Amino acid sequence: MPRMILACTVNDEPVEALIQPYQTLLDVLRDTIGLTGTKEGCGTGDCGACTVHLDGQPVCSCLVLAMQARGRAVRTIEGLAEGDALHPLQDAFVRFGAAQCGFCIPGVLMSAAALLAENPSPTEEEIRYGIAGNLCRCTGYTKMVDAISEVAGAAGGKA
Amino acid sequence: MRRVSRGRAPEPPRSRSGDVDAALAPATHRFEDTYFFQGTTHLPLEQHACVAQWEPVGDGAEGKLTLWTSTQSPHYVHKELAKALGLREDQVRVVAPPVGGGFGGKLELFQHEAAAAKLAQLTGRPIKAALTREEVFYCHRGRHPVLMWVKTGWSEDGKIQAMDFKSYVDGGAYMSYGAASLYYTGALQTVCDAIPAYRWQGVRVLTNKPPCGPKRGHGTPQPRFALECHFDAVAERLGMPVLDLRRKNFVKPFSTTVNYLRVTSCGLEQCVDVVARESHFEEKHRALPHGKGVGFAVGAYMCGAGLPLYWNDMPHSAVNLRLDRSGLVQVSCGQVDIGQGSNSMLVSVVAEALGCRPEQITLISSDTDTTPIDLGSYSSRVTFMAGNAAIEAATRLRTVLLAAASEEFDLPAEALTLGNGLLQRRDGIGFQLEFGELVKLAESKNGALVASGSYKPPKLGGPFKGSGVGPSPAYSFSACVAEVDVDPETGWVTVQRIWMAHDIGRAINPVLVEGQIEGGIYMGLGEVLMEEQEFRGDRGPRVLGVHKFPSMLEYKSPTTFEMPEIRSFLVETLDPEAPFGAKEVGQGPLLPVIPAVVNAVYDAVGIRIDEIPITPEKVLKALEAKAEGKPARHGPKGLPPYAFPRIQKVEPPVEWGGKPGDHEELPAADGGRGARGSRDGSGATVTRPGERTSGP
Repeated sequence: MPRMILACTVNDEPVEALIQPYQTLLDVLRDTIGLTGTKEGCGTGDCGACTVHLDGQPVCSCLVLAMQARGRAVRTIEGLAEGDALHPLQDAFVRFGAAQCGFCIPGVLMSAAALLAENPSPTEEEIRYGIAGNLCRCTGYTKMVDAISEVAGAAGGKA
Repeated sequence: MRRVSRGRAPEPPRSRSGDVDAALAPATHRFEDTYFFQGTTHLPLEQHACVAQWEPVGDGAEGKLTLWTSTQSPHYVHKELAKALGLREDQVRVVAPPVGGGFGGKLELFQHEAAAAKLAQLTGRPIKAALTREEVFYCHRGRHPVLMWVKTGWSEDGKIQAMDFKSYVDGGAYMSYGAASLYYTGALQTVCDAIPAYRWQGVRVLTNKPPCGPKRGHGTPQPRFALECHFDAVAERLGMPVLDLRRKNFVKPFSTTVNYLRVTSCGLEQCVDVVARESHFEEKHRALPHGKGVGFAVGAYMCGAGLPLYWNDMPHSAVNLRLDRSGLVQVSCGQVDIGQGSNSMLVSVVAEALGCRPEQITLISSDTDTTPIDLGSYSSRVTFMAGNAAIEAATRLRTVLLAAASEEFDLPAEALTLGNGLLQRRDGIGFQLEFGELVKLAESKNGALVASGSYKPPKLGGPFKGSGVGPSPAYSFSACVAEVDVDPETGWVTVQRIWMAHDIGRAINPVLVEGQIEGGIYMGLGEVLMEEQEFRGDRGPRVLGVHKFPSMLEYKSPTTFEMPEIRSFLVETLDPEAPFGAKEVGQGPLLPVIPAVVNAVYDAVGIRIDEIPITPEKVLKALEAKAEGKPARHGPKGLPPYAFPRIQKVEPPVEWGGKPGDHEELPAADGGRGARGSRDGSGATVTRPGERTSGP
C-alpha cells in the first residue's frame, strides 16, 4: 500500500511522518515519532491506557487511524507538563502516591486533564465518571481519585 | 519443576497432635461444607513483551544472549532460558525493566521469551516479541479454580478440635508452579486459627485450558474464602456471635502451628479489634434491615517463601553497596520493582541503616549480569529478604565509616551519630561532617568502600511431603469488615464500605503500604463480584479450552464505579527478624476481602453463595431456593469420586538433620489407595530428603 504523509501537531510541535494508512495513531506515536509515554494495554479500546487528546478531546489512540489526525492537534502525556513544571495533576499524583506500576497512569492523566478542561470543578462522582474508561489493576483508583479531587478543588477555589 | 500434581500432606505425626479422625469423632459439633472458587486472571495493564539480542563471540559458536523482558523474576527466567537453549548460565543475561504490573503472571520463562531468544541466536538480529491482550489471556498462569471440602469439629464452648480439608484443583494444560499452587491450597489454613489436628488432601487435574499458576496470594485465597465462610456458617449453627467464636481460636504470637509453621509476631487480635470497633460490626451484624449486611473475615500471608524453587543452600537475596568519594551510594540488587515500590523500600532501608540521605543513593536493579542475586518479586518476599540483605551490607559499611571517624577525631565510636547524611557527636557539641567527607576520610584510611549483605531464611518445615510450601520467616495478618447492599429484586450486590486492618510489622513507607492494601481490596472485590475465566464447551462432554471472552471489555474487572469507600488501618508489631520490623502487604490484604463480602451477603439476605464470583444470577437462584424452602445457598453440590493416595511422611532434608531415605507411607484415612503409575503428573508421590516441592 502506498505510504501517506501525516502532517499534524504533536504537543504543539509540527510533525510530518511517512506512514502506512492502516497504522493507528498509537503505533505512529510510539514507533514512528518515538513518544513511548502512551501505552498499549489492549489495542481494542477497552482499557484507556493509550488515551491522548485529539483537538482537546480524549481518545483511545489505538482506535484512531493515524491519518485521522491529519491537520489536527495531538497531545500526549509528554506534552502535559509545561516546560519543567509538572501539570498540577501530575504533581498531585506524585504527592498522593497515585501510581504503582504506572502503566495506566499516562492514560488516566490525559483523561483527567480532559475532564478538568471541560469541567474545572467536577464532583467526585463526575471524576469517577471521567476516568471510568481507564482500567488500573494496581491501585483500586483510590489515591488517583483523591489526587484529582484535590486539583479540582483547588481549581474551583474550594478549601 | 517436578511433575507432581497429587499431594496428601499435613496430617501431623500422632505424637504431636493426635489423629484427625480421632479428634473429630468425639467433638460435640461437626460441620462440613463445600465451596468453589472460580479461576481468575492477573490482567496486568502491560502485556508481556521482550527483546532478545545475541552477540556472537569469535566464530559464532560462543556468544552472549541478552533478554530484556517484562518479568517478576529475572533469576528464574535466566536459569530456565539457559536450560531451554542449551547455553551455559554465564552466556545468558536477563534484564527486567520496570514492570507494568505482574500479580504473579510474569514469573516464569514464557514461550515468547524462549522463541525470541532462539530467533535472535539464529538470525543474529535483535528480536522483539510483544503479546496481544488475547495472547496474555492464553498465557494466563492465573488463579486455579478450586473445589473445596472442609469438615471441622468443635467443643461445646466453641473451640475448634480438628479440621479435615480437601482441594480439587483445575490446573489447566501445563504445570507452571502447579505443584506448589496445589500445596498452597492446604498450607496456610492453620495460621489464623490454632487448629489442634489437621489433615489436608489435594489433587491437581490437568485440563485442556490455559495453564494456571501463581496469582496474588498463590493458592491461598481459595481456601481462605472457604474457611472464612465456613467459620461464619459454624458460628451461625452454634448460635454464637462470629467474633466470639473466632476470638476463642486465634493463633498466638510466637507459636508453632500443627503443620509446623512458625508464627512469630502476630497482630491478628489487634486487627480484629480495630475493624470491629471502627465498623461497629457487632452492633450491625444480624441487625441491619433486609438487603443490608456486614461480613467479617481474617487472613494471613507469608513474608517470602521459606524455600527457593530449586533446592540450594544459598542466599535468597543479596545487596551490594559501593560508596563513592563523591558521596554517592550505589546500591545494587537483583530485585525487580513491579509497582509495589521495592525500589523505594531499598533506598529507605539503606539510607536508614547506613546514615546517608535517600537522594544520595543510586539504585541498580534486576539485571542478572550486574546485580547480585534476588529470587524475584513473588511470595511477598522482597521487603523482608532484600531489606535484610541491605541492612547487613549497610551495617558493615557504617561500622567502617564510624571506625574511621573514631580514629580521626579520637573519640569512641559510641560517641558519634551518623544519620541523614551527617556525622555528629552524640552530645551535639563541636564538629559536623557531611556524608561525602566522611566517605573520603574512610576511603583514605581503608581503601575502596564496598560491602555485600545477603539473606537466607531460617530452616523451617515439617516432616511431611509438601512441607516446603508454607514456611516463611514471618506472617502478616489482616482483618476485614465489608458492608454491602443486596437488591433482592435484581440480585445486584453493591459493596458500600470496606474496613481493613493489616499487621504490617512496621510500615517503612505508609503511603506504599496503603496503596497495596487498597490494591488488594480492589483485586479481591473483582474476584468476589465479577472476574471469571469462562471457557466454551466447559460444561459439555468435550472441553474445548477456548476462552469465552479473552478481552478486557468482556472479562469484567472493577472500574472507579465499583470501588467502595475504604478505611485502612495499620497495626505495627515489629517482627524481630524483619528489616526494621517490616512484614509484607502485597498479598495479605486481598485474602479476607472475598469471604467478608460473601458473609455480608448472607447477613443482608440470608443466602450462602458458596461459589464465587457472586453474580446476580446466583443471588436470585439462592433467593428462589430459600423461598421454596430448599437450602438457602448456591454452590457446589458434591465432590468428584476420587481416592486420594497414601499419606507420605518424610524426614526433613539431610542438610536439615533428616535421615536419608527415611519416609513412610500411611494408609489413607478414607480407605483410598495410593495411586500407582498414573499418567502425566498424577503418579504416586515419592519424596526423598532434599527433594521437596516448594515455590513462590
